[in-house]
Amino acid sequence: MQARLAAKDLACRRGDRLLFRGLSLECDSGAAVHVTGANGIGKSSLIRILAGLLRPFAGTVETVGGIGLVDDRLALDGSLPLGKALAFWETLDGCRDAGRAMELLDLADLLDVPVCFLSTGQRKRAALARLLNRNCPVWLLDEPLNGLDTQAQKAFEALIAQHCQGGGIAIVASHQPIALPSQRTIALAEFAA
Amino acid sequence: MIGPLLRRDLGLLLPGGRGGAGVLPLLFFLAVAMLYPFAVGPDAQLLARTGGGVIWVAALLAAILPLEKLVTADLDAGVFDQLHLRGASEELAMASRLLAHWLAFAPLLLLATLPAAALLGLSGEMLRTVLLGLLAGTPGLAAVGLIVAALTASLRGGAALAGLMVIPLAVPILIFGAGALSRPESSGLLLTAAISLGLCAIAPFAAGAAIRSAREG
Repeated sequence: MQARLAAKDLACRRGDRLLFRGLSLECDSGAAVHVTGANGIGKSSLIRILAGLLRPFAGTVETVGGIGLVDDRLALDGSLPLGKALAFWETLDGCRDAGRAMELLDLADLLDVPVCFLSTGQRKRAALARLLNRNCPVWLLDEPLNGLDTQAQKAFEALIAQHCQGGGIAIVASHQPIALPSQRTIALAEFAA
Repeated sequence: MIGPLLRRDLGLLLPGGRGGAGVLPLLFFLAVAMLYPFAVGPDAQLLARTGGGVIWVAALLAAILPLEKLVTADLDAGVFDQLHLRGASEELAMASRLLAHWLAFAPLLLLATLPAAALLGLSGEMLRTVLLGLLAGTPGLAAVGLIVAALTASLRGGAALAGLMVIPLAVPILIFGAGALSRPESSGLLLTAAISLGLCAIAPFAAGAAIRSAREG
């Protein structure tokens, strides 16, 4: 997988507040970065800026390769069974072996359950299944471990390692410790304005 | 890309679907046509003369009912974000939603016009003008509804505001569409169709821009 993500001199403003500035980041294939910081410091905003969903106050972002985003918004129809809700995104992403993600994330038994009845951890796993099915090189993850039990956390850390080994990029914003293949960390507090 | 999008939107919005208002607008529309004779009395001539206008007002108000769920749920769930990452522009998503929204309420409304016209004792000639007018006007109503729903989607209490905002924007459609009832020539219907076409052309862009700006907020 060919992937690259380069952000130059980013600044982010929300309302009247400048959250961070002067943040530069360069990732090539196989890179994993842990973005840390207290609540409200701008981790989610940074992820959304890197995804191209939020315009930075200053700076530029360049990405090569498709982007997969997991944040606290599920983007699955609550009243549909999980299998059908995921099938919509599988069709759009042209995914052929959706069963693999279901197995890796232990979702196979839940495919008939309506999304609105899933627990917090199960919903998170569903979002991660959507990410895996997308089969894209750049992963932008906003608090991906929230709600996952220890076993699922371990399984997902292994999936990230596998993804990076295959040439993918993973940017993980998380206030929790997470085992990533490379110990690269960006502490947002250092860039606080 | 448009195929799966439209299929999902239709699944959401068609009556019996998961996220739409279902047959509620239809029942509301029929209820108005049923209540009007009770309110003004059984004067057949008066009913036949004013009935067409009542059907138009009922149709306009019924078009407001589905707006609450048209955009808000998907915006909150991040569906448009995920579509954006897959290269589906907000304009495309909104064009698909516009078509699905019209299909979900207009054909049924046209069908319901038949019993409504019978309740009000409209003549065959008048029924024809009402049906043609609604056929020309409902795409415009759907377009105005979609624009307003997208604009108010990120606001608290947006649904109530959406209802209020649609009414002034829909006035031109009402004037020409219902106005065609009292004039024999077809210029009113043609103007209604022209307004509808114009609104449908700008709606995906206006609503798409609204979705993008809601993201920044």
